[in-house]
Amino acid sequence: MHFIHKYGSPNYFYQWSGTWLKILSALTLILMALGLYWALIISPPDYQQSETVRIMYIHVPSAWMSMFTYVVMASAGVVAMIWRIKVAEIVVAQSAIIGASFTLLALVTGMLWGKPMWGAYWVWDARLTSELVLLFLYVGVLAIYSAYEDPRTGAKAASILAIVGVINIPIIHYSVEWWNTLHQGPTVTKFDSPSAPLSMLTPLFIMFFAFKTYFFALLFARTRNALLSRERHTSWVQEILEK
Amino acid sequence: MGARDPGEIVVQEFFHMDGYAFYVWGSYAIVSAVLLLNVISIRLQRRKILRELAELSEEE
Repeated sequence: MHFIHKYGSPNYFYQWSGTWLKILSALTLILMALGLYWALIISPPDYQQSETVRIMYIHVPSAWMSMFTYVVMASAGVVAMIWRIKVAEIVVAQSAIIGASFTLLALVTGMLWGKPMWGAYWVWDARLTSELVLLFLYVGVLAIYSAYEDPRTGAKAASILAIVGVINIPIIHYSVEWWNTLHQGPTVTKFDSPSAPLSMLTPLFIMFFAFKTYFFALLFARTRNALLSRERHTSWVQEILEK
Repeated sequence: MGARDPGEIVVQEFFHMDGYAFYVWGSYAIVSAVLLLNVISIRLQRRKILRELAELSEEE
């Protein structure tokens, strides 16, 4: 487990994440511009949903990222609990903030699509309810993290909730199959019989990658800030400041 | 009414979104706002931390 300690040392993490932050930021800008152009201009309106189908190109990536971020947060929680890696503890808190943003966006864009298509902003079906629970889990992790005066104790307690809450991820994913939901079933992952044309899958996947690079850029930037602040009295931070 | 410029019609249709302008543009506006606010807040936070660290090293 040598590499965990190496890549997780504050000094080394700060160095390698700096390079990646630049690459990811550039990729995000390019992918977002391309994705927006494709989603709003090139792709056709749907024969049933008309122009509201364009909401899907930001709703679906937001929803996917809300779950992906949770898995990142819980994994960082495991690393924080077992190896006591300070960077992992910080990642738990920072990904909770980002994950809450994605969850909120998934819920709000879903509501804005639901009103014209279903006739209601909100219904208590299993998919929507489990996604709302996800938002509460993120808020809970953040609340616990900041409830302790010592950030390391707070991180430990927050990690426990993050890890236990992973149970909600398969529930969100399979909710449309386990329960009779108003929310539609899986469209994209049915590879044997894809039910969306390429003209719609293309902007969806560009946006998906744009959201993913955005997430990692944001996570690195947030973690670097927290590290600088937390490690202000150490020699490596002093060295960086002198440069 | 005189004939309208076809380019003008295309632009109007684009903003009209077949009557779903509020929902489509509302979604894109909220997503853009949240994604941008995240970036701006990090930049401001970084500036604040660097300023604090500079003050700290001057005191020493």
